[in-house]
Amino acid sequence: MYHNKTLAELSAMLQAGEVSSVELTQYFLDRIKAKDSEINSFISVTEEQALAQAKAADERIAAGNAGALTGVPFAQKDIFCTEGVRSSCGSKMLDNFISPYDATVVSKFNTAGAVMLGKTNMDEFAMGSSNETSFYGAVKNPWDLKKVPGGSSGGSAAAVAARLAPAATGTDTGGSIRQPASLCNLTGLKPTYGRVSRYGMIAFASSLDQAGPMARTAQDCALLMNVMAGFDEKDSTSIEKEVPDYTAELNQPIKGLKIGLPKEFFGDGLDPEVAKPIQEAIALYKEMGAEIVDISLPNSALSVPVYYVVAPAECSSNLSRMDGVRFGHRCEEPKDLEDLYKRSRGEGFGEEVKRRILIGTYALSAGYYDAYYIKAQKLRRLISDDFKKAFEQVDVILGPTSPNVAFNMGEKSQDPVSMYLSDIYTIAVNLAGLPGMSVPAGFAHDMPVGLQLIGNYFEESRLLNVAHAYQQQTDWHDLCPPGFE
Amino acid sequence: MQWEVVIGLEIHAQLMTNSKIFSGASIAYGAEPNTQACAVDLGLPGVLPVLNTEAVRMAAKFGLAIGANVSRHSVFARKNYFYPDLPKGYQISQMELPIVETGQLEIELKDGTKKLIGVTRAHLEEDAGKSLHEDYHGMTGIDLNRAGTPLLEIVSEPDMRSAEEAVAYMRKIHSLVQYIEICDGNMAEGSFRCDANVSVRPKGQQEYGTRAELKNINSFKFVEKAINIEVERQIELIEDGGTVVQETRLYDADKNETRSMRSKEEANDYRYFPDPDLLPVVLDDAYLETVKATLPELPDVKRDRFIQEYGLSSVDAGILTMNRSLADYFEKAAELSAAAKLAANWVMGEVSALLNKNDLEISACPVSAEMLAGMLKRIEDNTISGKIAKEVFEAMWSGDGDADAVIDKKGLKQITDSSAIEALVDEVIANNPAQAAEFKAGKEQLMGFFVGQIMKASKGKANPGQVNQMLKQKLSG
Repeated sequence: MYHNKTLAELSAMLQAGEVSSVELTQYFLDRIKAKDSEINSFISVTEEQALAQAKAADERIAAGNAGALTGVPFAQKDIFCTEGVRSSCGSKMLDNFISPYDATVVSKFNTAGAVMLGKTNMDEFAMGSSNETSFYGAVKNPWDLKKVPGGSSGGSAAAVAARLAPAATGTDTGGSIRQPASLCNLTGLKPTYGRVSRYGMIAFASSLDQAGPMARTAQDCALLMNVMAGFDEKDSTSIEKEVPDYTAELNQPIKGLKIGLPKEFFGDGLDPEVAKPIQEAIALYKEMGAEIVDISLPNSALSVPVYYVVAPAECSSNLSRMDGVRFGHRCEEPKDLEDLYKRSRGEGFGEEVKRRILIGTYALSAGYYDAYYIKAQKLRRLISDDFKKAFEQVDVILGPTSPNVAFNMGEKSQDPVSMYLSDIYTIAVNLAGLPGMSVPAGFAHDMPVGLQLIGNYFEESRLLNVAHAYQQQTDWHDLCPPGFE
Repeated sequence: MQWEVVIGLEIHAQLMTNSKIFSGASIAYGAEPNTQACAVDLGLPGVLPVLNTEAVRMAAKFGLAIGANVSRHSVFARKNYFYPDLPKGYQISQMELPIVETGQLEIELKDGTKKLIGVTRAHLEEDAGKSLHEDYHGMTGIDLNRAGTPLLEIVSEPDMRSAEEAVAYMRKIHSLVQYIEICDGNMAEGSFRCDANVSVRPKGQQEYGTRAELKNINSFKFVEKAINIEVERQIELIEDGGTVVQETRLYDADKNETRSMRSKEEANDYRYFPDPDLLPVVLDDAYLETVKATLPELPDVKRDRFIQEYGLSSVDAGILTMNRSLADYFEKAAELSAAAKLAANWVMGEVSALLNKNDLEISACPVSAEMLAGMLKRIEDNTISGKIAKEVFEAMWSGDGDADAVIDKKGLKQITDSSAIEALVDEVIANNPAQAAEFKAGKEQLMGFFVGQIMKASKGKANPGQVNQMLKQKLSG
């Protein structure tokens, strides 16, 4: 049925008149109703708006001015502000926040005529790697309901993996698109920093946050990127650079492609069972004519500590606006101003968010700023330079997305550091601002394994091409979790 | 003991942009609360700042005007603190790399001495909103119209040694920012405000004393009073064996006293760090050249030129160049009348007096520079006397037309015909035989009496010089 189709297939069916957007939208809404209670992937389902959008899309298709995404249903991560709809960011703090404006990404999907089914669950303020920190409850991995889907875009990942939506948006600050894509057997792309507007995307760490697509295939990600990417004058950090047609280069040959394998990504921390499918993927690329080059990213071991200074520092400031004064949670009967702040924030934020605000506040404090924040910025430069050197030798970098497959719920939530280490291969990419992907590459311990591809700045087309070529030779991305077929 | 006062000023000048520094909302004064605050100003989740390039241009203009180093690379930083009228929980400002660094200004004191005052830096930042404490039933109202209004904070070196110097410096900056059209200088509306750092030390001591920061003093008069009263307080405190603590103090104009707001211990750690939402501001030489080209003739240069070109005294030239519109008015009147000194006296005298009396700016003066010049010409060619001119000026002010029309309509033309004057003189002498006899007997002080009688008889129109001459001739004859 429709839920087993890719975005590209559904798009073709809509254009050919084989199905209407209203039928398709109703189909997915019904499926969410029937299935989401098992995985808790949505915070809000926007049925009424979705059907109205679908009706408008059908009119547009009939009038002959539809684009590739017109009438296609998808899910929006709840980090994006959507006018008239609760935009909670997974937090009690914003449980009552109905945004009065649309994020640029949301406007772009609206202009394209895509149909938003609802807003997906996520770690609170995108802080987490397991989706257990959400105010709306943990999301379950459709491949094993005892396991986490990854995070922070865990709701988007679980929804697409369970076929409740053909695609979803995600955001990635330290791996929040790629790691859940890896843990749920999806294709996810974190674009170059500045490629997709951050306007209206509730900020976690401004210098690292980047939105991107999550879907079943590289081709679907390309279609989504065609809508999401582009300069936005409302975001000073977005980059004024022409947006290519990301589907145009999907079928370029792999022959002669230089793929770098950083030795640091294949070291001690990597589960040998996870390493196996990665090695098989490397062998397949070799067969396709790629040249495999051993490289080194000597400073990559610093990326987790650097990240856990920079990201909390920025978030401690970004989250200051959640003060109970103008919007969001406000405590009952505040005695005075200090009481208003303390209780509103104390009640509104969860444990992990508080932990990061405290770390960040400490790192920026007088007397510690140089030792932490400034030092971290210097190391960040070294980490970027490693990649710069690597890309003088190779076209793309390949490795595992995560050192392990999905872990059990509750397993790491009491041990933040072990949780943080699950992003050890993804974080450096954010620190450098590079584009990165996760692609389904097989299974270990009966759970999905993701292959990470890292490209040079603005080489999303190349990454999509390399992923697409792999997906032409494999069918991992087609596999559906049992119970959701 | 002899004490030396040390003062540094932080001046906040609101820039005259059309919109806010990081959003498109208007900065017009006096709108209904919260009607000029958009999503960005409200600090809603997800919004991002976009720098208003006009604010950058104005800051650069200021830097160039004081011969400072305009930074080719400056960075916006976040100053983090919680307050209800600070929507984001941080103020976007500049910390380590401000847009303007190290300039200086020359001030002139009442006794004519000149002194250079260093400007440490000037940086761009956004203003906060306002907390309204009245009329909300024990609650506080927040008006965010002002949030995001562009400010240039101009920080001086601790170079001033008296309240008089501080006021002279503040006036100089006040005049300059209006000259270069970056700030309207309106102190009542808060467009130009000042904090003063004040300390005292025994004369001859090198190290500075502990300073107090006096907040938000919004008039020249209050700056002077606040500093003097604070200096008095500090000296008394030290002489009584106490020590000054570093703190922020508020000046209460009603009680003419300063009182503690918060001490250094209570001061916030602002946790400044570069704002990751904004790129560094990079300016190149070509850009600065285009800004430089828009600079008008600056007050000091203009004053020197007025001294040279129009033969004015340094004091008069200083007064006339304090305000650019006033200087332009004077210069036009001087040129059209070809009587610069007379024009200077009139502009500083009658024109300024009537403007003050009617609380008008020179731009709204009912008597244009052209009209003033027309009248000055009639003084110069003896059509009217200086005394009659005041009557003509007042008539012009009231809208009775230009000088010639007024003179004509009111018949104010001076009597210069010597036979007419002779007739007047003869008449007055004939009517006052006793006084004439006394004068001839040597009581020459009576000259004034006769002149007065004749001017009265002529309704002020007789040419005073001719009257004098004729009187002497007749009485001594």
